Amino acid sequence: MGTPSILWSITKKCFTVGVITLTVSDLFASIVPVRGASMSPTFNPKTNSLFDSLSDDRVLVEKLCLRNYKFSHGDVIVFSSPNNHKEKHVKRIVGLPGDWVGTIYDVVHIPEGHCWVEGDNSASSLDSRSFGPVPLGLVKGRVTHVLWPPHRVGTVDRKTSQNRVSSSSSASKF
Amino acid sequence: MRQWRIIAKEAMTRASIIGKFLCLLHVTDAYVLSSNHVLGPSMLPTLNITGDVVLVEHLSHRLGKLGSGDLVLVRSPLDPKKTLTKRIVAMEGDKVTFSLDSTRSHNSRSLVVPKGHVWIQGDNLYVSRDSRHFGPLPYGLIEGKVFMRVSNVNANSIAFGFVPQNEFNHIYWN
Repeated sequence: MGTPSILWSITKKCFTVGVITLTVSDLFASIVPVRGASMSPTFNPKTNSLFDSLSDDRVLVEKLCLRNYKFSHGDVIVFSSPNNHKEKHVKRIVGLPGDWVGTIYDVVHIPEGHCWVEGDNSASSLDSRSFGPVPLGLVKGRVTHVLWPPHRVGTVDRKTSQNRVSSSSSASKF
Repeated sequence: MRQWRIIAKEAMTRASIIGKFLCLLHVTDAYVLSSNHVLGPSMLPTLNITGDVVLVEHLSHRLGKLGSGDLVLVRSPLDPKKTLTKRIVAMEGDKVTFSLDSTRSHNSRSLVVPKGHVWIQGDNLYVSRDSRHFGPLPYGLIEGKVFMRVSNVNANSIAFGFVPQNEFNHIYWN
């Protein structure tokens, strides 16, 4: 007599908690593990300390930026891979729409609605140098803080490389 | 003093009910079913130029059950704040033959849709800006599949019915 109603109230509570968590992680912020070394030393620096080799970094991804899709050079973003929508990548924005970005072989113009992303660890990073500019619609959030491991907790700063990008927003005064 | 506590408790209960309802609304809207207002001439004669209200389901694209001939709602690769309604013409791996200028069909181009992308076109080839202009669309930009229309065509009738999921037809004029 009492067991079905207890089961039902537990189910209701789980459902409510699930729905609220899903909404908060879609609209406000979520915590995400970062795999791979393409963003060393910002994430997963793989030094010889015990902590670093035990587990992946966990970062805070904020979703408020998806209201206006206004990003700045140097933002670290999470986006769905253009080649496989089930995978998500974490990289840094190097170019915004209208910019000209210099790669080894040529200079690429970033079309409207796209951005150029690169990993901090250029040597082992699969990024826009392989799959081209990424549509901004694929961006799923912006990384603002590192939450794990404890000795590296802090904000994730913007890092820009002035010498490789000619942006339309920094109008030249010549 | 005790009255304030009772009022505060009542207000919290009501606020939490409203909060839970809004969360449920968001989850249903984003993951199950939503209604959207679509307008524009690029999908004539399937959809009206002055606007239709359509029901969009958000399950098929997550389960990978989309195919050619489906009407989908996608986030525009040229402007992440806009959503487009177009028809999937080819899935990844298919070969697409198209010409940018529909009146002159002799200068046509062919390409194979790359992995993780789809080819979308509007039913009204003459005014639609689609994959013929911005290239294959990454699958991650697809937001849902249009399956039903509920709209008021004129004051005397309501067009309510399943939207035709037909294969892509060439329209020749001479």
